[in-house]
Amino acid sequence: MYHLLKQIAITGIKTEAPPEPDEALRVAGERLRTEVLGHFAGALTIRHVDAGSCNGCELEINSLNNPYYNLEGLGIKFVASPRHADLLLVTGPVSRHMETALKRTYDATPEPKLVVAIGDCGCTGGIFGESYASCGRVSNVIPVDVAVPGCPPTPLAIMQGILTAIAVGKK
Amino acid sequence: MNLENFDFEVTPIPGAMPIWRARVDADEWRHACRHAREKGGRLVALWGADDRDRERAFTVHAALSVQSGLVIVSLSADGGRFPDVSDIFPAASRMQRAVHDLLGLEVEGAADRRKWLRHAAWGENDFPLRKDFVDGRRRPHHELSRDSNAGESAAPRATGGRIPEQPTCGAPAPPLDAYPFVKVEGEGVHEIPVGPVHAGTIEPGHFRFSIVGEGVLRLEERLGYKHKGIEKRFESMTLAEGARLAGRVSGDSTVAHAWAYAMAVESAAGVTPPSRALWLRALLLERERVGQHLWDLGFLGNDAGLAFGLAQFSCLREDVLRANALTFGHRYLMDLVVPGGVARDLPVEGIARLRGEIDVLEEVVGALKYIYDEHAGLQDRFINCGRVAPQLADRLGLTGMAGRASGRAWDLRVQYPNIPYQELDVRMATHRNGDVAARVIVRFEEIFESLRISRLILERLPFGEIAAPVPAPESGAFGAGWVEGWRGEVFVALEAGPGGSIRRCHPHDPSWQNWPLLERAVLGNIVPDFPLINKSFNLSYSGHDL
Repeated sequence: MYHLLKQIAITGIKTEAPPEPDEALRVAGERLRTEVLGHFAGALTIRHVDAGSCNGCELEINSLNNPYYNLEGLGIKFVASPRHADLLLVTGPVSRHMETALKRTYDATPEPKLVVAIGDCGCTGGIFGESYASCGRVSNVIPVDVAVPGCPPTPLAIMQGILTAIAVGKK
Repeated sequence: MNLENFDFEVTPIPGAMPIWRARVDADEWRHACRHAREKGGRLVALWGADDRDRERAFTVHAALSVQSGLVIVSLSADGGRFPDVSDIFPAASRMQRAVHDLLGLEVEGAADRRKWLRHAAWGENDFPLRKDFVDGRRRPHHELSRDSNAGESAAPRATGGRIPEQPTCGAPAPPLDAYPFVKVEGEGVHEIPVGPVHAGTIEPGHFRFSIVGEGVLRLEERLGYKHKGIEKRFESMTLAEGARLAGRVSGDSTVAHAWAYAMAVESAAGVTPPSRALWLRALLLERERVGQHLWDLGFLGNDAGLAFGLAQFSCLREDVLRANALTFGHRYLMDLVVPGGVARDLPVEGIARLRGEIDVLEEVVGALKYIYDEHAGLQDRFINCGRVAPQLADRLGLTGMAGRASGRAWDLRVQYPNIPYQELDVRMATHRNGDVAARVIVRFEEIFESLRISRLILERLPFGEIAAPVPAPESGAFGAGWVEGWRGEVFVALEAGPGGSIRRCHPHDPSWQNWPLLERAVLGNIVPDFPLINKSFNLSYSGHDL
């Protein structure tokens, strides 16, 4: 236990609220908090759905919860059921085998709901395109509010995508 | 030439790894598998191809590893059928079922004839990998980007709210998929269906648990949800374009898959990359291994209730990713390995940065290992949980990192070291207990070894070119690549078409071999331990579903 506590003390707080390399993150963080407070009463819940990605986008979505980005510190957390979610974060391309599961997940999410498509594949179908096995972009299957390009998009880009979706949702 | 007493002629194929090819008949097909098995060999991959235009028949191929290297046996599937080998190599079963789903070949004598990769997206009598398969839903990539949501802009863009018309996938929603799971019956037995959409940020797949109380009597996996037609997609690309797709077969193993693909192209084209490129590839591969092992160790702590572990390891991993972005321009090192060499050189200032990073990682990972080792609650969850005994691992063909944790001492970097591994003298990490604890220990040891190797690479990195030109290989030229990724051995078989096109490409992720062992590892454990056991293997869905 001593070593564990020592390691925690040595590590300190890693969360990059304000300065240096990611000035944009701070701005996004501050604005995000206000938007979340205003629209979803202090907490936004996200259900992630992998609809057929190469799993690259999942790596970066997971990164959002590391201490540097600390998404949960902003009042945004990932939940285990679409019934608890305000926003669906969907990676693609949507494989035809996931089409029904994605539609059902969308239907199970209560209104008002937002959908953010993540990654080049979620935006356009990417390198996999449309085929006998792939429906292509996410908006071919469910309505999408915001699409975040990148292969995979950085955690910062995903955070900005979430912010944009909340702003769209407010209108 | 004759090799290891196989009773047929084998021909070496050019390239960086010891790989041979042989044409066999139906008897020799089974005999070759049995012979390899008796000599302690393994089935690395099994796939098929439509060669009716050329040889009036389909071909099935099996890659068998033996002491001397890899032997690829090819059988002409006369009458559209080939003999089952799943009694010799149980891992063959799902691969053979996939060959049936994609090419329509019958597997003679197979016990399990259920579909595998096919759900409801295409018909029972449609076979996507046949050359005469008409894909009415195919749209070329350039057409897709024109009407995309995001366009070329780097910033996220709102689509302007809801799209007015109901979006459709171009066709009516597929009918529900019916799949005959094996039923466990008896008093008090019930089923828990899980997935395809899981409760965490992970890939989709279906797990059917049959349980009594909390104990797992049986687990049956249903995969294929992520099948997005990768193998068919390869056939519409040039060899150069294919590198990008190979790097996206399984995003978390992008370097391993891209290297195996590049090796296959180079082998078909008869090209040897400059030595600086090979050393840089090894540096990238070891960085991928370190990054993924750090990540898994964090999640394994978290899944056993020690959130401290995830916080600590995910910081270290983020540091590695940021160093990747600064040094190589991509956090996950995508698209850096290309046929002929690497796409980007290591800048001089990068060497000092990476050296400093290695020093820090060695120190902090060492401290964290001590904490994991001494944490009674954590070890209580790890030890004897999800055990795959060495005998079972051997019988069913467990491979890669998980195999090494169950006494399967195979590591391509050690057994068939190519440049630069032959100068680095890699030490293999193995363990015999085969439980979650063993897979944790092997990961720790592999991190330390990768850091040691990375330091050597930074010291000895030769100067020179980073890529060689790759001429279009002859139509029909065959190549293969075989690389020890962080999860295990990644294999790519490739046949060139005319004018630098791809006739057939089969990427094979070691997850194929290891998924069936997860079904066994969980037996006798309780349901709440499943996430921990699953994470300790951390298998790829995308790399398997293709």
